[in-house]
Parts: sequence; structure tokens; C-alpha cells
Amino acid sequence: MHVNAFDRYHHGHSLLHNLDARIKVLVAVAYIVSNVVLPDAAWIAFGLSLLFLLYCNWISGLGLGFTLKRSFVALPFALAAITAIFSVPGHPLGTWHIGMLTLVPTDAGLLRFASVLVRSWLSVQIAILLVAVTAFPDIIHALGHLYVPSIIVTIIAFLYRYLFVLTDEVMRLLRARQARSAGMAGTRAGGSLWWRARIAGNMAGQLFLRSYERSDRIYDAMLARGYRGKLQTMHVEKIQTADWLVASVALAAFVVMQVLGRMS
Amino acid sequence: MHYTPAPMHIPDGFLNLLVSAFCWLITVALDGIAISRTNKSLGERQVPLMGIMAAFIFAAQMINFPVAGGTSGHLLGGALAAITLGPWAAMLVMTSVIAVQGLLFQDGGLTVMGANILNMGLLTCIVGYGLYRASMGRSRGVRLFTAGVAAWLSVMTGALMTSLELWLSGTAKLNIVIPAMLGIHALIGLGEALITVAALAFIFRTRPDLLSEGSPSGQGSRGWIVAGVLVALGVILLSPLASVNPDGLNRVAIDLGFMTTAHAGTGPLAGYHIGFLGSSALSRIAAGAIGLLVVLGLAALAGRALQKRS
Repeated sequence: MHVNAFDRYHHGHSLLHNLDARIKVLVAVAYIVSNVVLPDAAWIAFGLSLLFLLYCNWISGLGLGFTLKRSFVALPFALAAITAIFSVPGHPLGTWHIGMLTLVPTDAGLLRFASVLVRSWLSVQIAILLVAVTAFPDIIHALGHLYVPSIIVTIIAFLYRYLFVLTDEVMRLLRARQARSAGMAGTRAGGSLWWRARIAGNMAGQLFLRSYERSDRIYDAMLARGYRGKLQTMHVEKIQTADWLVASVALAAFVVMQVLGRMS
Repeated sequence: MHYTPAPMHIPDGFLNLLVSAFCWLITVALDGIAISRTNKSLGERQVPLMGIMAAFIFAAQMINFPVAGGTSGHLLGGALAAITLGPWAAMLVMTSVIAVQGLLFQDGGLTVMGANILNMGLLTCIVGYGLYRASMGRSRGVRLFTAGVAAWLSVMTGALMTSLELWLSGTAKLNIVIPAMLGIHALIGLGEALITVAALAFIFRTRPDLLSEGSPSGQGSRGWIVAGVLVALGVILLSPLASVNPDGLNRVAIDLGFMTTAHAGTGPLAGYHIGFLGSSALSRIAAGAIGLLVVLGLAALAGRALQKRS
């Protein structure tokens, strides 16, 4: 498999691409926190938040609508939040009877639901942008500098590195299963549900053993190539004045959003 | 891509700050213990092994089998990881998997990552390993059966915790979200159980040494059984209770300061005050739900102490 199949990084030389990865991670998290703590129905603040996001998209050189395209990944989860319409106390908008349930949608509930969707929609976009303008190895390094325990950083680094290899392995297993499961036209291929589950389980077990044994070989190969317990990056890691400046501007913007969000 | 997100990764914006922070706290504490335990027991070679096992879990989640009507069963992997790698190592592996899913694929949010790690990584390991550990030394059939039950319950635990967190954040209505989440995940859990059992049976046949009592898989202390059984009991007792009497739990959540009503201040921190418990019997039960998490931490500590003594 090509390494780019999973990678979300889009190469570029914009201001965002050149920012220090630590700053980018921190600003992205601050942006999400800012969205999460905005009160329900703070539409002006949410609007500003969206403007901030669009501006980031624009200066990243990836196009204004870049993050929009992938921003609906969290949508299925909205199903869970629909119930907020009925659970937040407020002015009742009517009464629905569904089976044994009596549901009373409220105005506050509706606002809560809409706000949750907006918060989630904005937040996921900044996360999409973060990995689009930062190479993942740099994010891993940033995590290390941001006091994520080194053993977890190392595991993530290995996970990222061998994701592609093991995904290839899975693809081979899946292809082999498909090849074995040929059926006559009009008949259903494969056996009973139990049989199918057992085959999938065998594949998982097979993959486990192959991965387990591969890890030994990988470790030896890494030692031979000079691995000293840390993965290297080509990027210089120094937070410069420009980085601090961008971070301060962004944080100031978040503070303004909060103030505006609470005034109305 | 074959990557299918499970309906359990909470996105950003669905949990309020207090619930997110509370989950981060438990996650950081449990992972902290896991790190200190693995640092002591693992050799240098084991760190790449854990990394590759994390990639394995990630890749294994792509293995699916058609169930019916276009749905398919697939693996979350918490129980399988805990049973094959030992509980502490598995916790770190699952933490990394969920972190990468959130960071790289936006499958699960960043500020709520603590909650996602807790639901899908840590609790699944505790339930999965704890119950399996109880069958250690029995026949292969008993161990496989226990592993299946443990895998199913691990998924249910994650689903219940996800529902509770959503409800505590005021994002979901308890008596709808719990039956819905648990209903869906009872089926997803079945797929998890089947694949876990079949995978373990395969490993038993080909590399029984990896699952023997001398392996990391068999070396967890007996304290794990206590922790696993406690969490499992909590899930079994709490699920029906929460669906039958949501109003009582709602009241307590407000009393505890977890939930702000729409009237009590719009600011996310406006209404937060950790109040004292109400006096009704129900409030005690709900407090138990939250206390369960504390018990969990204590059980882990107890397990640690027990192992030191032996």
C-alpha cells in the first residue's frame, strides 16, 4: 500500500505548515476547548469561530472549503445528541407519543442540540486542518515535548510506522478470503454466521502471530540501523518569536469569542 | 478505505468540560500506573512489540465478517489485547490506538480523548482481562468461553460508560440513549466475542506458549479478577436501573454538580459545584455509579499491592 493511503498530510509551505508543531497542537486544542465552553446558542461567537477556521483554511493554502469536505465524519454520532432535545428543561414545544415513551421537545433542548452539532462540526475541522498541515511524525514529536509519557509516544511512533505494513497484511488476508469464498452465481458464498465469524477470528489470530513474530525482526533491523530508543525527525524543533506571536493572536481571538459569547 | 468507525468514538463538543476533565483524570491515573508497571517489567525489546501490537489492533479492526442486512461484525480489540499482552501493556497499546484514531483520522475528538480512552481502552482491558484471569488454570474450553463473555461485557461496559458520559454532559436523554447504545452494542459485542474467541483458539493451537501461565498474559495478579468482576457487576446492575429510573439519576447528577440545567446559568462553569449527596435511596445508587470509577482505581491499586506481596 502506498504510504499516503492513510496520511492526511498535504505538503505545502504556508505559514501554518511552517509553524512549530507544538504550537499547532496547543492552538488546535485551545480552539476546541473554546468551542466546548461557549454557552448554548452563542451564535455570534460560533460565527467568529467559523471565521477563524475559514481564515486558517485560507492561509494554509489548501482552499477555503478544504476542511468542509471531510467535516461530516462525526455526524452519525449526532443521533445520540438528538435526545438532548427532550432532556433539557425549557419551554415545551409539544408532546410526542412514541410507543411507551412520551417525548416533550423543548426550546432549550433544541438549542442545546444545535449547539452541540455546531461545536462538534467546528472542532473536528480544526483537527482535520491540524493533520493536513503537520506531518504526523512532527505531531508525534510535539506530543513528546508536550509531556506525553515517552513510552506512549514511542508506541504511537511504531503504530504509525507499521500501520501501513500491517494494513497490507490485512489486505492480503481479506483478499485471500475473498478468493477462497467464490460462489456460484445466484447462491450465497460462505457458510453460516458462526463459520464466518470463526474465519474472521482465525484471520485475527493469524495477523496477531505474524505481527508478533515480525516485531522481533523489526527490532533487530532497527538496532542495525542505529535505533537508540527514539525516532528522529528532519525538522528543527525550536519555537521562534513568530510561533509565539501566532499563538498569542489565536488565544486572544478565543478570549474575544468567549467574551462575546457570554455578553448576549 | 476499509476503516470502519465504531459508533463509540465520542467527537469533540458532545461532552462538557467537567466530564471530559474527570475522564482525563481517571485515564491519566490508570495510564500512569500502567506506565510504571510496564517500565518495571518490560525489557527493551518489548517496547517495539507494544508498538507493533498497537498497529495490529488497528489493522485487526479492519477484519470484518458479514452478519446480516449489510451490517458486519468487527473487532474493537480491548479484551483480545489484554488477554494476549497482559493488562498493563494492553492499556498502553489501546491508549495509543485510540490516540491515533483521534489525531490522525478524527475518529473521536481531542479534548474528549480521555473519555474515549477510558471507555474503549482501559475499561475494556480491565473487564476483559479481569474475567479471563478468573479462568486461568482451567481447561482450554472454559478459558475460551470466559474470554468470549469477557469480550462481550467489555463492549457493553464501553457502551454504558459512553452513554453515562453523554448524559452527564446534558447531551443525551438517559432512558433513550442507554437502551439504544446497549442494544446496538449487544450485537457489536457478539461480533467482538466471536472474533476474540476464534482468534484465541487459533493462538492456542499454534503458539500456546503465548497464553501459558508464564507469559505476560498469565502474570496479572488476582486483584484483576476483583476489578474485572466489580466493573462487570456495575454494568449488569446499573444498565437496567438507569433505563428504568432515569429521573432519579438525573436529580443526583444535578445535585453532584455534573449537570447544569438550562435555567441554572448558561455558562459551562456557572452551575458547577460539587454538592453533597441527596438523601434519597436513589441518589445513593447513582453515587455508586460514579463511585464505581473510584472503586476501579482502588481495585487497581489493591491489585498492585497484592502482586507486590506475592
